[in-house]
Parts: sequence; structure tokens; C-alpha cells
Amino acid sequence: MCRRSGHSIVVLVVAFAGIMTLCGCSYDMSVQPSYRTLARSDFFSDERSARPLTIGTVATAKRDSGGGIPFPLTIELLQQGRERFDIFCSPCHGRLGNGEGMVVQRGFSRPPSFHLERLKSVPDSHYFEVITHGIGRMWPYGNRTSVSDRWAISGYIRVLQFSQAAPLSAVPPDELENLRKEQ
Amino acid sequence: MAQLFPRSFNNLSHASIYVALVLAAISIWLAVELAKSDYVTGVGTPLEQPVQFSHKHHVSDDGIDCRYCHSTVEKTDFAGIPSTETCMTCHSDLWQTSPILEPVRTSYQTNTSIQWQRVYRLPDFVFFNHSIHINKGIGCSTCHGRVDQMPLVYQFTALRMDWCLDCHRAPQTSIRPRSEIFNMEWTPGADQTRRGNELMRDYGIAPADRLTDCYTCHR
Ligand code: HEC
Ligand code: HEC
Ligand code: HEC
Ligand code: HEC
Ligand code: HEC
Ligand code: HEC
Repeated sequence: MCRRSGHSIVVLVVAFAGIMTLCGCSYDMSVQPSYRTLARSDFFSDERSARPLTIGTVATAKRDSGGGIPFPLTIELLQQGRERFDIFCSPCHGRLGNGEGMVVQRGFSRPPSFHLERLKSVPDSHYFEVITHGIGRMWPYGNRTSVSDRWAISGYIRVLQFSQAAPLSAVPPDELENLRKEQ
Repeated sequence: MAQLFPRSFNNLSHASIYVALVLAAISIWLAVELAKSDYVTGVGTPLEQPVQFSHKHHVSDDGIDCRYCHSTVEKTDFAGIPSTETCMTCHSDLWQTSPILEPVRTSYQTNTSIQWQRVYRLPDFVFFNHSIHINKGIGCSTCHGRVDQMPLVYQFTALRMDWCLDCHRAPQTSIRPRSEIFNMEWTPGADQTRRGNELMRDYGIAPADRLTDCYTCHR
């Protein structure tokens, strides 16, 4: 009698351990039914879990700035502009804005230099619009730059235009020394 | 009837129990080591991708910044995988008849996605965020290796929990100035301990017990 129940306890323990071990093999928690960003979907016919805007969506942000940059022109804004310009524009327009970027050297159509009279005389909002919507062979960059990034880039293009045609009197005295040494 | 086994066999049968135990232990150890090995985790082996996209060409040879394509890496958890349109900003006018880019053009014309295979993938029960690491001075190459020299991306680490924890216990060994985050050539200098501790203070990094709390990564 006593031996019998001893046996069944052993059987129970072994079975329990076995079931628990098998539970450990489950990968349910590793692949959960929620979507991760840009994951493939079997539900939507285009296989995308990232859904487009519904047809008829209306943009409500105010866009008309009257041509100028609607932010105070601070050094931080210009530094932000420089960073974003170097990321998104310099591959084609070059770090100086002269249209000599690396991708152009590999065969992309040459963009106009920012130092042309025509592009110096356009309002700041022209740059904003070109970045947002693209122009000719240049594709839009609005999907990867925020509104403030785009104004900051516009401001930085002005910096480039000024720097490429700056008079010697505009150079700070301590920098003047370095400039003389280089020449 | 004579006994089949001599008495000395008793010792042998005892010994065989221990041998079996040792064998079981060895095979468990082997299984664990094998699961950690590069062969199983896929570290160092590139995946088959729909387009033979080369980071070496685009980053090293053409000087394109990571953020041109992985544009959300500083602001969100997800680094971002470039859309077909992003490829087309250049390849509409460059290599535009090359057969190697046919899948990109087809994707653009038919409005279907290019299905890139994930190189790095954490299990869904782990919470990870790129932006906190980028903004607190951990550069891409610390976790992903020299991507700029990879013709095809491969896993640099297996993303095991002890790897995350090693750094969360002592981030000062790998932390760098924010200006060097995208510099693929950065390596810790001789004075990294001093610089690292300074940066830890400047960036206000949480103490190790906060960063190794289970809740940090499993929420
Ligand atoms: C892939 C290459 C490429 C990149 C990157 C690029 N551009 Fe351009 N851009 C061009 C080309 C090519 C043109 C000439 C377009 C044409 O007239 O067909 C152009 C033209 C322009 C013009 C002149 C528009 C006019 O009125 O003639 C401006 C301004 C400009 N780009 C700004 C930018 C800014 C700002 C960025 C970064 C956000 C940028 N571009 C990124 C290739 C590029
Ligand atoms: C011209 C666009 C482009 C640039 C620039 C670029 N990448 Fe990528 N990257 C991609 C594409 C497309 C993929 C997906 C295909 C693949 O895995 O090769 C990818 C994949 C990756 C992956 C693997 C993601 C995964 O888990 O599947 C990592 C890591 C990565 N890139 C890091 C970087 C780093 C670091 C830089 C900057 C040094 C960089 N990339 C620059 C386009 C780019
Ligand atoms: C900023 C411009 C730019 C973008 C964006 C870009 N490429 Fe390229 N791509 C180039 C240039 C320039 C070359 C020529 C490479 C060389 O000769 O060094 C190239 C070459 C290639 C090649 C030919 C093989 C090779 O590596 O040389 C492939 C394939 C390719 N790109 C795929 C892609 C894909 C896929 C994307 C989108 C994720 C993409 N490219 C985005 C500029 C770009
Ligand atoms: C602290 C380590 C770490 C750093 C630093 C890091 N990554 Fe990652 N990266 C990861 C991990 C972990 C994943 C896998 C994320 C997942 O599965 O959810 C990943 C995934 C990716 C992916 C695939 C898409 C995604 O977000 O899941 C890309 C692309 C990528 N990283 C690019 C970059 C770039 C570019 C940088 C530098 C700006 C960078 N990473 C810095 C750890 C890191
Ligand atoms: C090379 C160092 C390094 C590696 C590797 C690393 N981390 Fe981090 N992680 C950091 C630093 C530094 C912080 C910022 C801590 C702070 O802000 O106090 C951080 C912060 C985090 C946070 C946010 C913590 C919070 O404030 O709540 C999460 C989540 C996280 N890491 C997850 C991971 C995961 C998951 C992995 C492994 C896949 C990983 N990390 C690998 C250095 C690292
Ligand atoms: C810095 C981030 C981080 C912290 C903190 C962390 N984990 Fe993890 N954990 C991970 C990652 C990443 C994995 C996925 C490992 C893999 O896929 O190999 C993981 C996996 C696991 C697993 C699944 C078993 C495995 O290895 O696959 C368990 C259980 C676990 N963690 C428990 C814990 C506990 C308990 C704590 C607190 C003491 C903790 N974790 C703290 C990142 C973390």
C-alpha cells in the first residue's frame, strides 16, 4: 500500500517536472502578436503594419510665414541647420553649397550653386518650399526633416552665402591672425 | 547455475551511474555553449537581402551620414529603415538602369515594400530605445561594429542580456562625447576612465543599480 502511493508520487513529480520543462520551450513571449515598427503584416493587403493617412486628411499647421524665417535667428538654430545641412544636403550640394558633393562626383546631375545671384535674392521661404516639395531632379526631403529643421537649414544656407563672399572686415580679429598664417 | 557476472561488476555498475551523471552535465554544458556560439546566433554572417546594399560603398566611399537613411535614430526607439523613396532620391538619377537596383525600381513603381531581413532583433519582451543611448554618448560602432566597412551588414554582437548588463554596470568604459557618436573610427583613448567619469556626470547618467533593475529592460 505504502509502496504504491510512493510510486504515484514519483510519477507525479516526474510528470510535473516534464511539463514545466516543456513550458520553458515556448517562445510565445519572444514573438508577441503586437506589431513592431515597420513589421510585416498578414492582415492588410499591402502587407504593411504602418498605415497611411486616411484619404481626405487635412493639414492644419499654419504654413505661411510671409517669406522670412519664423524663428529668432539664434546661434543654436544655425548650428542645428549646419548639422542637418551636412546630413541631407551636402551629399549633392557639397559642404560649401557650391554643388560639388560626393554623389554629384559619382554621376548625379549637378545642382546649381547657392552662390548664384538668383538664389541669393530669393526669399528664405523658397528654400523651405524646395526642401519640403523638391524641385526638378531633386526629391522632397520634407518627410525626414522637421519644420524647424527646414527653417534652420534655410538660415544656414544664408550663412554659407555670406561666408563665401564675406569681406575681410567681417572676420573676427583673433580669426584674422589664423587666416593670415594660412595664406 | 554459475553467476553470469563476476562480483567486480558491482563496482562497474556503480561507476557507470557517475559516468552517466558526468556525461549529462557535459552535454548540458555543451548545449549552453553551442547556443551562445556564433554558429547558432548568426554573429558575423550576413543575411540574404532582397538588394545587395553595401554600407561600405554608401558610408565610406560616398560619405553619406547614417541619419540620411536611419533618420529617426536620435529621436525615437526605432533607428528607422529607409523607404524606397529614400533610395530613389539618388537612384532616380544614378545607376538608374543597373539590374542590381531592379527590386528598388519595381518597389517604387508598384508601391510595394522592399522586405529587408532583420539583422538585429531583440525578443518582444525586451524594451530597447536608441535615442537614450545616442543622447547619452553611446555611439553606433560600440553596439554595431564598423558598419562603414561592411559590404553586407552582419551581427556584431548577439544582443545577449549579459552584454547589455556589462555596459549598464559600467557605462564609463564606452561613453564618448556626443560629437563622436557617428564617428565610426572612435575608440576609447588611454584616459577613457577619467573622461568617461566626467561625461557620466555631465550627462547625468543614472546609478548602476537603476540601470540594472529588471524593470529597465523588461516592462
Ligand atoms: C540627391 C541630390 C540632392 C540632395 C541630397 C539635395 N539636392 Fe537640392 N538640388 C539637387 C538638384 C539636382 C537640383 C537642381 C534641380 C533642377 O533644377 O532640376 C537641386 C536644386 C536645389 C535648389 C535650387 C532651386 C532653384 O530654385 O533652382 C535648392 C535651394 C536646393 N536644391 C536646396 C537643397 C537643400 C536645402 C537640400 C537639403 C535638405 C538639398 N537641396 C538636397 C540635388 C539635391
Ligand atoms: C544609403 C542609406 C543608408 C545609410 C547612409 C546607412 N544605412 Fe544602415 N541600412 C540601410 C538599409 C537599406 C538597411 C537594411 C538592409 C541591410 O540590413 O543591409 C540598413 C541596415 C542597417 C543595420 C542593420 C539593421 C537590422 O537590424 O536589420 C544597421 C545596424 C545599420 N544599418 C547601421 C548603419 C550605420 C551605423 C550607418 C552609418 C555609419 C548606416 N547604417 C548608414 C541603409 C543605410
Ligand atoms: C545619397 C545618395 C544615395 C542614396 C540615398 C542611396 N544610394 Fe545607392 N549608391 C549611391 C552611389 C553614389 C553609388 C555608387 C557607389 C560607388 O560607386 O561608390 C550607389 C550604388 C548603389 C548600388 C550598386 C552597388 C554598389 O554598392 O556599388 C546599390 C545596389 C545601391 N546603391 C543600393 C541602394 C539602396 C537599396 C538604397 C536605399 C536604401 C540606396 N542605394 C540609397 C548613392 C546613394
Ligand atoms: C546600445 C547599443 C546600440 C547603439 C549605441 C546603437 N544601436 Fe542600433 N540597435 C541596437 C539593438 C539592440 C537593436 C535591435 C532592436 C530591436 O530588435 O528592437 C538595434 C537595431 C538597429 C537597427 C534596425 C532598426 C531598429 O531600430 O530596430 C538599425 C537601422 C540600427 N540599429 C542603427 C543604428 C545606428 C545608425 C546607430 C548610431 C546612431 C545605432 N543603431 C546605435 C543597439 C544599438
Ligand atoms: C555600451 C553601453 C550600453 C549597452 C551595450 C547597452 N546600453 Fe542601455 N543604456 C546605456 C546608457 C549609458 C544609458 C543611459 C542611462 C541614463 O540615462 O541614465 C542606457 C539606457 C538604457 C535604457 C533607458 C533606461 C531608463 O532610463 O529607463 C534602456 C531601456 C536600455 N538602456 C536598454 C538596453 C538594452 C535592452 C540593451 C541591450 C540590448 C542595452 N541597453 C545595451 C548604455 C548601454
Ligand atoms: C539592460 C537590459 C536588461 C536588464 C536590466 C535585464 N534584462 Fe533580462 N534580458 C535582456 C535581454 C536583451 C534579453 C534577451 C536575451 C536573448 O535574447 O538572448 C533578456 C532576457 C531575459 C530572460 C529570458 C531568458 C533568456 O536569457 O533568454 C529572462 C528570464 C530575464 N531576461 C530576466 C531578467 C531579470 C530577472 C532581470 C533583473 C535581475 C533582468 N532580466 C534584467 C535585457 C535585460
